[in-house]
Amino acid sequence: MSQKASAKYLKGATGDWEIVIGMEIHAQVTSQAKLFSGASAEYGGAPNDHVSLVDAAMPGMLPVINEECVRQAVRTGLGLEAQINLRSIFDRKNYFYPDLPQGYQISQFKHPIVGEGIVIVDVSPTERISVGIERLHLEQDAGKSMHDLSPAESHVDLNRSGVALMEIVSKPDMRSAEEARAYVSKLRTILRYIGSCDGNMEQGSLRADVNVSVRRPGEKLGTRCEIKNVNSIRFIGQAIEVEARRQIGILEDGGVIAQETRLFDPGKGETRSMRSKEEAHDYRYFPDPDLLPLEFDQAYVDGLKAQLPELPDAKRARFIEQYGLPPYDAGVLVMERASADFFEQTAKGRDAKLAANWVINELFGRLNKEGLDVAQSPVSAAALGAIVDLISSNVISGKIAKDLFEIVWSEGGDPVEIVEARGMKQVTDTSAIEAAVDAVIAANPDKVEQAKAKPTMLGWFVGQVMKQTGGKANPQSVNDLLKRKLDV
Amino acid sequence: MSVDPSVVRRIAHLSRIAVDDSEVSRLNGEINAILSFVETLSSVNVEGVEPIASVLPMQMKKRPDVVTDGGIADDILVNAPAREDHYFVVPKVIE
Repeated sequence: MSQKASAKYLKGATGDWEIVIGMEIHAQVTSQAKLFSGASAEYGGAPNDHVSLVDAAMPGMLPVINEECVRQAVRTGLGLEAQINLRSIFDRKNYFYPDLPQGYQISQFKHPIVGEGIVIVDVSPTERISVGIERLHLEQDAGKSMHDLSPAESHVDLNRSGVALMEIVSKPDMRSAEEARAYVSKLRTILRYIGSCDGNMEQGSLRADVNVSVRRPGEKLGTRCEIKNVNSIRFIGQAIEVEARRQIGILEDGGVIAQETRLFDPGKGETRSMRSKEEAHDYRYFPDPDLLPLEFDQAYVDGLKAQLPELPDAKRARFIEQYGLPPYDAGVLVMERASADFFEQTAKGRDAKLAANWVINELFGRLNKEGLDVAQSPVSAAALGAIVDLISSNVISGKIAKDLFEIVWSEGGDPVEIVEARGMKQVTDTSAIEAAVDAVIAANPDKVEQAKAKPTMLGWFVGQVMKQTGGKANPQSVNDLLKRKLDV
Repeated sequence: MSVDPSVVRRIAHLSRIAVDDSEVSRLNGEINAILSFVETLSSVNVEGVEPIASVLPMQMKKRPDVVTDGGIADDILVNAPAREDHYFVVPKVIE
């Protein structure tokens, strides 16, 4: 495992450049109620319906912390193998914006609930990096401003106001858009395994602020720009590439990078400055006098640790060990907990590698194409397992199995019965195959001559025999027989 | 510690308080008077003392994760200077 991100330099006009990326991920805590109020944290809702007087910052209202949000933050910290701080403090981060009725966001500044941790990221089948976690803290989400409902006005909905977020800050340990994408994807997987965030980027449950700078290889860090609120993994990759190119262009022309907040416009494929945000960066943090320090004991943490589910890295290692799967396949299967469970049910008591191939290539391929997730699969794990059994026991060929899969996918039913009822069993009876082989050879003397000079012609013969047998001949037997009879 | 007129203007702006130029000098004097009053605290030796975030000798109360509030959009909006349906309406805040 390569510990350090490998060199992936960008070529500029004057030489190589290295991109340095760090990320702040805002992950919405999965909870019924908000961080400091009893209003619903559910996505959507009629405007200002999920709002209490606390969320609207009415005078005299006091925040009371939701214990579930604390629990989820600690569990997430444990999943990031991070230090859990038994004492943390909530601060006020002061700024004015219409969707922030308090005039400050309750956040954690100096003393976050979770400290340093680590995420192991598979960038490709052959490359693994570790990305350091700087911290994780709890904070409130803001409301939502809509700017397109009227030409001269903005509309404000406070339903999001006060919803619990975990801000997860990475160290600047990523060196390419690819690594950054893989990091977010892995973090999302971990959060979903733990169940502390649903990871839904479309609904904004997971949002990324991406810090990008460039430098000459080996030199000290350059000035960074922060790209705000990138809301898909694909856009994160694109935003990094265009931002790095922009910075390299400026530096190579002899300019300097201004540290600033920028927005990525996926339509135009560019980032642009959010000038309005610049002078707002004086947040005047101070401890929130409405809240006591957040304290719990080690026994509480140990109790949560004991109940954590098997996490993706451990599951991946177990799949490699227990089922003999290639690391890449194991990695694909553990991306989602539901997929891993589906695979284990399919593989139970069977050829696990074959089962993995069918789950990954046929099932996942098809689910992706149809935009379904594994829970919506029309083919159950039991049915896919039955198909695997039929292949293992040579009742059907791999090719017929694909047809069978198609039938089960679109019509449902028991694979064993379908094979029986529709006569899909492969012909393993050598004499029947031999008859078909002989017939093809007899009908094509010219091709037989050609095949003697050009052994690759064999494929044509295999095709003809398969056609004659309705695809049911065992391909291996056909091959063997043809080789012998054609003497190639 | 003391502040100068530019800091006074900046604080006023960050607090969204309109301060007339004619007032800056008076406010500057008042703020500096308060600061020098508070300055007395720096005479206390706090060597090795952790800053405290709270003086209350108790644990923070926590709330169970249950929805007990909301559904009061009319109350939430009752003081809104402008509204449309159940939205607050404010001057456009994006360029």
